[in-house]
Amino acid sequence: MRIVMDREYCVGSGQCVLSAPELFDQSEEDGRVLLRTARPEPAAIDRSRIAVDLCPSRALSLADD
Amino acid sequence: MVQNRMLTSVSSAAGAEPPAFPMPRTCPFDPPAEYAALRIERPVTQVRLPTGQLAWLVTRYEDVRRLLTDPRVSSDREHPNLPLTEPVTPESRRRIAAVGRSLIGLDPPEHAPRRRMLVTEFTVRRIQALRPHIQQVVDGCIDELLAGPRPADLVAALSLPVPSMVICELLGVPYSDREFFERCSTAQLRRSIPAEERQRTTGELRAYLDRLVTAKEAAPGEDLLGRLIVHNRETPVFDHELLVGLAMLLLVAGHESTANMISLGVVGLLEHPEQLAQITADPAAVDMAVEELLRYFCIVDAQPRVAAADIEIGGVTIPAGDGLLIAFAAANRDEEAFPAASTMDLGRGARNHVAFGYGIHQCLGQNLAREELQIVFSTLFARVPGLRLAARVEELPFKKDSNVYGIDQLPVTW
Ligand code: HEM
Ligand code: SF4
Repeated sequence: MRIVMDREYCVGSGQCVLSAPELFDQSEEDGRVLLRTARPEPAAIDRSRIAVDLCPSRALSLADD
Repeated sequence: MVQNRMLTSVSSAAGAEPPAFPMPRTCPFDPPAEYAALRIERPVTQVRLPTGQLAWLVTRYEDVRRLLTDPRVSSDREHPNLPLTEPVTPESRRRIAAVGRSLIGLDPPEHAPRRRMLVTEFTVRRIQALRPHIQQVVDGCIDELLAGPRPADLVAALSLPVPSMVICELLGVPYSDREFFERCSTAQLRRSIPAEERQRTTGELRAYLDRLVTAKEAAPGEDLLGRLIVHNRETPVFDHELLVGLAMLLLVAGHESTANMISLGVVGLLEHPEQLAQITADPAAVDMAVEELLRYFCIVDAQPRVAAADIEIGGVTIPAGDGLLIAFAAANRDEEAFPAASTMDLGRGARNHVAFGYGIHQCLGQNLAREELQIVFSTLFARVPGLRLAARVEELPFKKDSNVYGIDQLPVTW
């Protein structure tokens, strides 16, 4: 399971950071999403799914590889 | 608790005059009763606005989220078919367009560069850094409340001053002018106030913020507007007019909606003492409770959009150029997304509500609003454990004529 982000779409809502702070951060420069890790631990997979669902701008998705 | 759970059926005869919008609220806790039947029978349906315009009302959670992320759906506030929930003067129409051009009425690709100039001020980390300051503001208001007479109006004592003080400090607007801007902001959102009067008060607020922005352009200080002016000199995306429009959007959105959520949240909690007891026993439960209160009360009933191309959704084809009304308040009560959606359940644990919208315009101030609400609810009930309403719920002056739902006064005692 891999988290894929497209920063061009990010609107800096912070929903991902609130859902899974161990996976996501926001840049100091432009407030957009930063990935702490692209491969969530098994325990964090549910939280990464929630983050993807809550992301308002569809900047996040999950890949199966 | 006022009960109104029956499905109010909507006339569905073909060719019949579309129902009028805004639809009336019959229960102070629930969105208009018609939404429940519409969601099932006609999830995307035409409604008639007070301006005479027709627009497509969208009530299902899934459709709402889908349309808000569809690039064919435009937020252009200058489009002649943009649905307006009340008649406006041509001057006010120009102002709505002008405020829209600053952020909320922009489509891609214009929206992103403007939003990015602002998001650094609203990241989760930046907002968390404000926590001690907000706590101080809340404690100060509660000190004054406790020192004052009983009963007291909680709107004047807490709901309004907390977000007003916080947004003033953040933007660099003098708090001493609060009576003026609070009055102007409330008037802007009220449908029952005559169009000419709304135009006059909005004009006064605009002129005030024009002077403020001009002063900051000459001497930018250590506040959001000052930093924005400096940053904007390096990468220009806002001209003077846009800065004034943005200041207006941030000041009005920044205090009025949070104030209404505080008042409604307090009533909701006091009306459910068993649930309130859970959050006073477990401070960690308050974050979840805030999400449920946001979903349940959903104070921004609906927002306007325009179809930029033909769009098939909910069994109909919306022709290009038609207006849309995206009903957040209806979507937040959709059983498909929230089982037992009409029940306020503070332990629900659902953060996927659309009380802050969805898509690229999702509320810029959402994490600030969340934090203010969390601090207010956890502090108020801890410090004033005997808090209770000093009027019957049915008698409270709910803002039935406002585009942002809320309460005008909230008499409480302890
Ligand atoms: C409980 C409080 C609040 C609620 C329920 C709320 C609700 C909303 C909603 C529903 C939208 C989306 C509008 C649309 O899609 O057309 C929105 C946008 C916005 N809100 Fe809030 N809001 C709240 C507090 C705040 C605060 C505290 C601020 C500022 C500090 C703020 C600033 C904004 C701005 C600037 C936008 C436009 C964002 C954009 O167009 O990119 N709001 N809000
Ligand atoms: S939730 Fe989406 S839009 Fe919001 S900060 Fe994360 S990636 Fe960006």
